[in-house]
Amino acid sequence: MTATVRLSRRAFLQGSLGVLTLAVTSSGLVSAARAADAEAPKYGADSMPGGTVDDPLVFVSIAEDGTVTIVAHRAEMGTGVRTSLPMVVADEMEALWERVEVVQAEADEGRYGNQNVDGSRSVRHFLMPMRRVGAAARQMLEAAAAARWSVPVSEVRAVQHEVLHEPSGRRLGFGELAADAARQPVPTADALKLKAREDFRYIGKDKVRLVDLEAIGKGEAVYGMDMRLPGMVYAVVARPPVVGGKLRKFDGSKALTVPGVLKLVEIPAFQGAPAFQPLGGIAVVARNTWAAIQGRDALEIEWDDGPNGSYDSVAYRQELEAASRVPGKLMRDQGNVAEAWAKAPEAERLAAEYYIPHLAHASMEPPVATVRIEDGRAEVWTSVQNPAAAQAAVARRLKLEPGKVKVKVLLLGGGFGRKSKPDFVDEAAIVAQAMPEGTPVKLVWTREDDIHHDYLHTVSIERLEAVIDGSGQVQSWLHRSASPTIASLFVEGAKGQQITESAMSAINMPYVIPNVRVETAEVAAHARIGWFRSVANIPHAFAAQCFIAELAHRAGKDHRQFALELIGPARRIDPGMMADTWNYTESPERYPYDTGRLRGVIEAACEGAGWGRELPEGHGLGLAFCYSFMSYTATVVEVKVDASGEVQVVAVDMALDCGPQIKPERIRAQMEGGAIMGLSLALASEISFENGRVRQSNFHDYEVLRHQASPRVIRTHLVNDDHELPPGGVGEPPVPPVAPALCNAIFAATGKRVRSLPVRTVA
Amino acid sequence: MTHLQVNGQTRKVDVPDDMPLLWALRDELGMTGTKFGCGISVCGACMVHIDGQPVRACVTPVSAAAGREISTIEGMEADRIGQVVQQAWAENNVAQCGYCQAGQIMTAVSLLKTTPAPTEQQINDAMSGNICRCGTYPRIRAAIEQAAGSLVSGGRQ
Ligand code: FES
Ligand code: FES
Repeated sequence: MTATVRLSRRAFLQGSLGVLTLAVTSSGLVSAARAADAEAPKYGADSMPGGTVDDPLVFVSIAEDGTVTIVAHRAEMGTGVRTSLPMVVADEMEALWERVEVVQAEADEGRYGNQNVDGSRSVRHFLMPMRRVGAAARQMLEAAAAARWSVPVSEVRAVQHEVLHEPSGRRLGFGELAADAARQPVPTADALKLKAREDFRYIGKDKVRLVDLEAIGKGEAVYGMDMRLPGMVYAVVARPPVVGGKLRKFDGSKALTVPGVLKLVEIPAFQGAPAFQPLGGIAVVARNTWAAIQGRDALEIEWDDGPNGSYDSVAYRQELEAASRVPGKLMRDQGNVAEAWAKAPEAERLAAEYYIPHLAHASMEPPVATVRIEDGRAEVWTSVQNPAAAQAAVARRLKLEPGKVKVKVLLLGGGFGRKSKPDFVDEAAIVAQAMPEGTPVKLVWTREDDIHHDYLHTVSIERLEAVIDGSGQVQSWLHRSASPTIASLFVEGAKGQQITESAMSAINMPYVIPNVRVETAEVAAHARIGWFRSVANIPHAFAAQCFIAELAHRAGKDHRQFALELIGPARRIDPGMMADTWNYTESPERYPYDTGRLRGVIEAACEGAGWGRELPEGHGLGLAFCYSFMSYTATVVEVKVDASGEVQVVAVDMALDCGPQIKPERIRAQMEGGAIMGLSLALASEISFENGRVRQSNFHDYEVLRHQASPRVIRTHLVNDDHELPPGGVGEPPVPPVAPALCNAIFAATGKRVRSLPVRTVA
Repeated sequence: MTHLQVNGQTRKVDVPDDMPLLWALRDELGMTGTKFGCGISVCGACMVHIDGQPVRACVTPVSAAAGREISTIEGMEADRIGQVVQQAWAENNVAQCGYCQAGQIMTAVSLLKTTPAPTEQQINDAMSGNICRCGTYPRIRAAIEQAAGSLVSGGRQ
C-alpha cells in the first residue's frame, strides 16, 4: 500500500494511521490583497464569498510513489478549468503532469475559496493563488531535500519531479521527499519564489491534455445526468407554465396508474422574488425517468397564472420601444447631450433602435440533481456552476447546517450561466425529503422544462442617438436601454438596469465624444431574468457596435478607420471616469480600460480577415469589438448573402487580448465556441411569450446553430500574451462582438441594415 | 422481459415495450454514455447504431430494438472505425463540455462506415442532426477529416 503524505490539517487532526502529516503553525499563505488593510475596499476575488485560498496543504498531496494529487476546486463546464488550474500548480511545483492526478473538490468555500464558476473568473482570480500553491509546495520539497543532505537550500532546486543538488549531483524524487516536505513550514508570502516566465513548462504552452478528454470520447465521463445509486428513484416536475403561477387544483389519479410511478410530491411555489427558489408544481416520482415523464403527462392540473399571465412578446416589444423613446434613469452624463441634439440640424442626427429577444441557455445537459437524505445529513451529486449556492439552498430547505450538506460536483454538460442557479437542486431536496429516509432521488429536467422554465437572457430595445457633424466627428452619443433587469430576480418589482448591467458595454464606452449620456428605462420583468454567457454585453455591444458602423457609413469612412479614430489614442482610462464604479468588481488601478489593447484586437482581427480586400459578389466583411470581463475582443465576420436573402457565414476572425495566456488551446476553443454561440443568437435563437407562456419547447423551435450553418473557417488571434498584465476572462468575452460583426457584414454585402435578431433571412 | 443485444452482449430488461431504448440503456442497464439531450429526435445526443444504422435511442422503443445488434459509445473502442474516430477526437481536442460528443462520435462513425471519404457536403448532411451547444463544429469537422484520412491510408475495412 502506498502511504499518502496528505498535506492536510484535517488529516493531521485525525491523526490517521499511515498518513504522514505536516505540523503547521500558520494557516497557510495569506494573499497580499487579503492581508491589506481590512478597511480598504475589497476587489475581485476578495469581494467574492470565500475569497481565495493559496494554502498548499489544501490543494496538494504527494504519495510515496511520487503521485501528486491536485485538487480542482472549480467545476468543469467545458472551459477546461479542471485541467488549467491544476496545471498551473503542477508547473510551479515542477511536477510532471503524467504523474499528477486531479481530484474534484466538494462544495466548501471555507476550505478552497470561492468556487462559483461564473463571470469568467476562474483563471482571473485563481491564477496567482494557484501559482503560489505550487511554488510553496516546490519550496517545501526543496527545503526537505536540503535538510536531508545538510546543504544550504540555495544549492538545491526542484526539476521535473525531483530535487537536485547540483554541486554533488545528488537527486531525490518527490515521492521520497514527500514525508519530509510535509514537515517543513509553509513558506510565508514574502518568502515565495515564483517561477520566471521562461521557466514555465506548461503555462502558456499546449503540452497538457485535458484530464477528461479520453473519458469523454469513450462515453465514460460522468455528468450530473449520469449519477446512479442503488435504490435510486427518478423525478420530473410539472411546473406552472407562467412565472409566479400557482397550482389551483390537480388530479393525480391517472398518473399514479402509470406503471413505475411511485408517488406525487407537491413543490411549493416561491414566495416574493423568484431568486433561486423552485417555481412550484407537482413532482412525479418513479422507478425510471421514462415512467416519471409518462406519469407527468397523465397529470390533470389547473393553474392559476397570476399577474404574468398576459405576458406577450409582441406587445412587450412595443412597450420597450415606447420606453426607449422617453428619458429614463440616468446612468452616465457628460457634456450636454440634449443641447447638442437640439442644436444639430436634422442631417447631422442619427437614431436607431436594436432588438434582441429573450434567449435560453439550452446547455446540452438539462438541469439535473441527485439528493439523498439520511441521518440528519444530505448528500448531493450534481452539475452546478456554484456548488456553495446549491449547498446553501439544500441546507435552507432541510433546515440543516451547511456543513451537513455534502455537494459533490460532477461534470457539467454545459452551463453558460444557467447552472449557477440551484433551483433544480432545491427541487430534488424537496422530493427526497418526501421519500423514505435514505432514498436517492434524481430529479431530471427534460428539454421542454429547460426551454419553458429557464432563467432567460433579458429581452431588449437599445436606442442610440448621435450627432455627427459634417466632418464626420461624433459630437454627441445617447444610449438608452429598455430591458428588464436581473435585479428583478432578487427584488420583487425591480425595474431598470443596474450598474452591474450598464457597466457591461453601455456606460463604459471610451469613445472620444464630448457629449455622452446613458440611460435605462424602468420596465417591469415578467419572466425569470438570469445571466447568459456575457450577459448585458450582448445587447449593449450589439447596438453600439452596429451603430458605430452606421455612423461610419454616414461619415463615408472605412469602418475600421472610423472606429479607431472614435476610440482615440492608446490610453488607460479609470473606469470611474465613465461612471463605472463597478468594473466587474475589479480594482480600477489594476484593471483600467486600456484603449491601446482595444485597438490591438481590432487590428489583429482585421489583419486576420484581410480587411479591405476585394470580395466576391454578395460577400461582405463586418467588424465589431467589445471590452468585457477584463478582456478585449474583436470579431470580423465574412458573409455571403444570396439573392433570396439567405445568409451564409463564410469565415470568422476572432481576436482576444486576455493578458497572460495560460492554456492557449483552450482559449482558442472558447473563442471558437463563442463565435458559434454568437452566431446562434444572431441567426437562429428566440424565446417569445404568449399568454405568459414560452412558445418554444425544444430544439425544433428554439433553434441553435448546427453543423450545416457553422462557418467553414474560424480563425483565432491571440494578442498580447503578457504576464505583467493581470489576467482577463476568457469564457464570456468572445460572444458579444459576433452578432454585430455579422450584421455589419450583412450591411457591407447588401446595403441592408438588420437591427433585430435573430436575422434568419435578409428581406 | 426484453432481450437486448448491446455491444455483443445479451442484456435483459424488464420494461414496458414502448420505453425508449435511451432510458432502458441509461436507467435500467446503467450505460450512461448514451446521452439525453432532447427526447424528440432533434439533437443527436442519444445516437446509437442498430444493425449498423444510426438511430436515435430517445425515440426508438425497446420493442423495436429487441433482437437486433445495438452498438453504443461504450462499444466503440472495440470497433476499428470507432477507435480511429475516438483517437481523432482526442487529437483534435474536440470536446468542450463533452456532453454531446458521444452522439457526435456515433454519427461520425456511422458516416465513415458508409462513406469512407466524405465530402464537406456529406459531412454536413450527416452531422447536422447533432447539436453541440458549446460550438465544437469546426473541430468535429477536422476530426472527421483526419479520421477519414487515416482510414484511407490504413487500408480498407
Ligand atoms: S436525445 Fe435523442 S435526439 Fe436528442
Ligand atoms: S461539447 Fe458541450 S455540447 Fe458539445
